[in-house]
This record gives sequence, structure tokens and C-alpha cells, in this order.
Amino acid sequence: MNILVDHLVKHYRVHSRSPGAMAALRSLFVRRYDTVRAVDDIAFSIAGGERVGFLGPNGAGKTTTLKVLAGLLKPTSGVVRVGDFIPNERRRAFLRSVMLVTGQKHQLLWDLPPADTFELNRAIYDVPRIDFVPRMKELVELLEIGDVIKKPTRQLSLGERMKCELAAALVHQPTLLFLDEPTIGLDVTMQALVRKFIRTYSQRHGATVLLTSHDMDDVSAICDRVIIINHGKLSYDGSITELVTRTRPEKRVTFTLSESVSAEAVQRLGRVISASDRVLTLQVDQARLKATIENALQTLPVSDLTVENAPLEEVLADVFAQARAKRGAA
Amino acid sequence: MSAGARVAAALRPLPTLYRVGFADAVAYRGQALIWLLSTNTPLIMLLLWNAVAAEGPVGRFGQAEFRAYFLVTLIVRLLQGVWVAWEMNMEVRDGSIASRLLKPIHPFWSYAFENIAAWPVRLVMTAPVVVVAAWLIGAQHVTNDWRQWLLFPVALFGGWALSFSGNLAIGCMSFFWQSTLAIAEVWFGLYVVLSGYIVPLELFPPWAQAVVVKLPWAHIVSTPVRLLLGHDTFEQSLSQLAAQWTYIAAFTVVAALLWRKGVQRYEAFGG
Repeated sequence: MNILVDHLVKHYRVHSRSPGAMAALRSLFVRRYDTVRAVDDIAFSIAGGERVGFLGPNGAGKTTTLKVLAGLLKPTSGVVRVGDFIPNERRRAFLRSVMLVTGQKHQLLWDLPPADTFELNRAIYDVPRIDFVPRMKELVELLEIGDVIKKPTRQLSLGERMKCELAAALVHQPTLLFLDEPTIGLDVTMQALVRKFIRTYSQRHGATVLLTSHDMDDVSAICDRVIIINHGKLSYDGSITELVTRTRPEKRVTFTLSESVSAEAVQRLGRVISASDRVLTLQVDQARLKATIENALQTLPVSDLTVENAPLEEVLADVFAQARAKRGAA
Repeated sequence: MSAGARVAAALRPLPTLYRVGFADAVAYRGQALIWLLSTNTPLIMLLLWNAVAAEGPVGRFGQAEFRAYFLVTLIVRLLQGVWVAWEMNMEVRDGSIASRLLKPIHPFWSYAFENIAAWPVRLVMTAPVVVVAAWLIGAQHVTNDWRQWLLFPVALFGGWALSFSGNLAIGCMSFFWQSTLAIAEVWFGLYVVLSGYIVPLELFPPWAQAVVVKLPWAHIVSTPVRLLLGHDTFEQSLSQLAAQWTYIAAFTVVAALLWRKGVQRYEAFGG
């Protein structure tokens, strides 16, 4: 399902007052409202089947954009089209083809087993039982939730609940998934499983995925493209590789040594990021990569080496810092 | 899709909505029981009015009539629980209404069926009260017109539907004001005083009675109670039911308009 966003603007009107009893009393008679520019003229398009990470610091406008695309919010202005639909009209056919899962809100019935929510969604989305049974079997297997779907939701762990949330949201086999922090609070094993599941689902069903997360491992595991939004404005739209190469062109080279070496021998090679007894990580310019590795292999007792890009977290921190500096200068 | 097919598609999920709602109501059976046990205002009023009537009847109400009136009032109240105004207010404030907005079924249906699904549990829990009430009231204090017996379930359901649609309209106001609980409290306060819940409406002064019987709250409790007790003729009952269902239609239209406007300005706070 294609997404088209053009000149999207979303402003909120928020009541504000100073702390204290007098201010509270005053606000009974005179209300002050501030306008929050949550999304401020952004444009992008996403092709069907793409998996896109929507990134930005807290309050950047990511979730607001997601809610506009899901049809929960009416834009202040601009054009938003999802497939053949205007999301805000929330037509039945549109609602049948999308899903929104947030790590902080749940749709599972709290006192009933998740299987009851699955059945409820089957009825609401009018999924024929002949499709529902094998679909649920597949979801239960992929998410490894066979032994939990008959226990009351309130008795499940956070990870189990999140996996069941995903299953409940996919009963109608949507072709567009909006995921807002889907792995928040999950342990490492659960996170890995959820990431793998989302990617597999998208590939198997050609589903478009739009993901917001503060966990860069989510983004790099699921998405091929990222859109960065900061203070309501779009600041990057492209591949993760290009973002990393553009922002942090240096590579990280990690050497595992067979014996300890002197600090001098190490510092001659380049900028040291970390050095423990026998593991050494250097930051090296792309242009000097080959020469540095050859030099290290000749001068150090190297038993293993890896070459990586800078972590996405650091790249994003740089992007946000640059944006802050630019705003400060303006 | 034709209009008929659209209606059929809208109705198809309702049995499952009801079944799941029933399972949810059963899960909350302890809470339902506490609510039923705490709904004792008609019994307290029965004691008070019984004491008043010991010195002589008040209008048509002697001790036996008060007993019949408040026991039927208790049954009507126990079967008419509505919490949609409180639920909507909470869901709009904390953003959890989003999950209803994303489903291809109008949330009015899901709210209604969540409320209706609690009926069987309430019926089972109310059954002992009904048995005791039937024994205490006796056949001479209820209507002997079989047509009114047939109308009673309609009036009872109508009372619930009126309470629900009024509360639904209040719940929809949550899109416009941060808290509509105060309005819901006002509604409930007026319900207590003006529905016949604590005092039969015919004991109001004539000028007040003339106004009160035309207000919506009278049709929630007083209409079904008077119908079952045979206080109205069949023709009067029909006229009361017509007024009751007119209010239901009016509140539903108001709720639908508020919903349509409200959803457009909804700001979906809360992550």
C-alpha cells in the first residue's frame, strides 16, 4: 500500500498555566492556549512493501505523523493519501487494511485470554473462519505464543502480551503496519523475535511497515530506509547505509590480539575508540582503511578483525546535535 | 456495496461482540455482585416511605403499594446499569479510544454490546430479588392486563436504552471538554431525583409533576414501573412508551452528531 504525504502540518492547541493555586484559580476565568507545531510541513512517499523507520527525538512529531497516517488525527493542512484512501475519513475498507500497534497501549481484553480478542477481531474484521484458522496457526507459530493464548491477558508477561498484541492486530492480515515502539520494555530475546517476525511478515505478505523506535537495533533489523524528523521538520529521508556514510564516514575496525601490545604501537595506527587487554577498536577514515589494516596486520599480533560502520545511535545523536546547532545559529 | 449488504456486514459481528462481552462480564462477576448489593437505595426508600405510610396512605400509596413500587424499582434499576459516559471519558482522556477508532465497526455498537452483555449475569444475580419481590408484592399489586405484561420488557429495555443514549451523548462531549464526568454526575443526580427512583413521581406537587413526567429521566424508571404495577391504562402506557422512544432517538442523534464533530477534532494524546 503506497503512502503519500505532502506539506503535512499538524498543530495542537494546548491549555497551559503556571504552577500554584493562584494560577489554577486564574485559569478558571482566563484560559491561555499555546499552539504546538507537532508536524510542520513535511513531505515523503513510501512504496508498497517498503519498511521504513521513522526516527527522531522525543516530541519530534513521529507518533503524530503515524496517527495522521492511521486516520486517528485530522491534519491541520496538507495532503495525506494511503493507497486510495484519505486516512482521516476512516472508511471501512481502509480500516480493514491497516493496523497500529503501540508498545504503550493495548487492545487485548484485560481479563480474558488473548484467544478471545483474536475471535473478537475475526468477527469485527469479518474474516472467514476458513482463513482465520490457518492464519492464527501461522501467527501462533511465528510468535511462539501457543502456550499463552488461553491464559488471561493480565497474567501474561510484558513480552508475551506484546507478541499477542501483534497477533491480534494481524488477524485481518493488514497490508500496512504502523508500529510505535513495538519492542519497548522487552528483553533481548523477545526483541529479536519480534523484529524477525515483523520482517518475515512484511516479506511474506508484501506489507508496508512504518516503524518508530528509539531502539536502533529495531530499525536496523527491520527497515531498509529511514526518515528522520526533528521539531516537526523532515531532516533526512534515505537508506540507513547512506545516512551512516554521510554522517559518520569513518569505519570502526576491531582487532582481536593474540597477546598484549604497548599503547604506543596502538596509537600509531589511528584514533583509538576503546582498548582492553586484547581487544582494540579504532576509528579510521574510509580512505585510509586498507592501509591501516595492512599496517596493523604487519605490526600487531592480530588473530581476528571486524570492520563496521559507526552505531546508528551515535549517527543519530550526531544528526540531532547538528540540527540543534543549526537551530541555535538561526 | 448495497445498503442491505452494508447493514448485514454491520450486524454480522454483533453476536461475537455479545459473546465476548458476556465472557468479560463473567470475569467481573465479583464487581457486578458488589454493584448489585450496593444498589440498595430503593430498599432504604421503602423503609422510609413504609414508616410514613404507617400513619395512613400517601395518595394511592399504602404500605403494600410502597412495597410493590420500590421492589419493582429495585429490579428495574438492577437491570439497567450503564457506564458508557465514564468509560468514554476515560478512553478519550488516556487515548485508549484509538483502538476503537481503528476498527471497522462503529464504536457505538461495541459500547452498547459491552453494556448489554452484562445483562445475563445481572439477571442471574437479580433472580433471587425477583422471587422475593414477587412473593412480597402479590398478584393484586401488579397489572392484570396481559398487554401491559407484553409491553413491560419493551419499557424496561427502553429505560436502559434511554439511559445509555443519554450517557453516550455525555461521553461524546469528552471530545470537546477534558472532563465530562461532572455532567455525568449531574445527569445521575437528576436521574435519582426525577426518575421515580426515590419517590414516586405522582407524589410530587401537581405543578412539578406536570413538568417532571415529561422529562427523560421519568421514562427510565417510572414508565416501566408504573406499567408493571398497572398505575397507567394501556393507552397511557403506549403514550409513555412513545415519549420514551422519542427521547432515545433524540439522544442517539445528538450523540451521533457530537461523535462526528468530536472525532474530527480529537487530538489523540497519550502516546
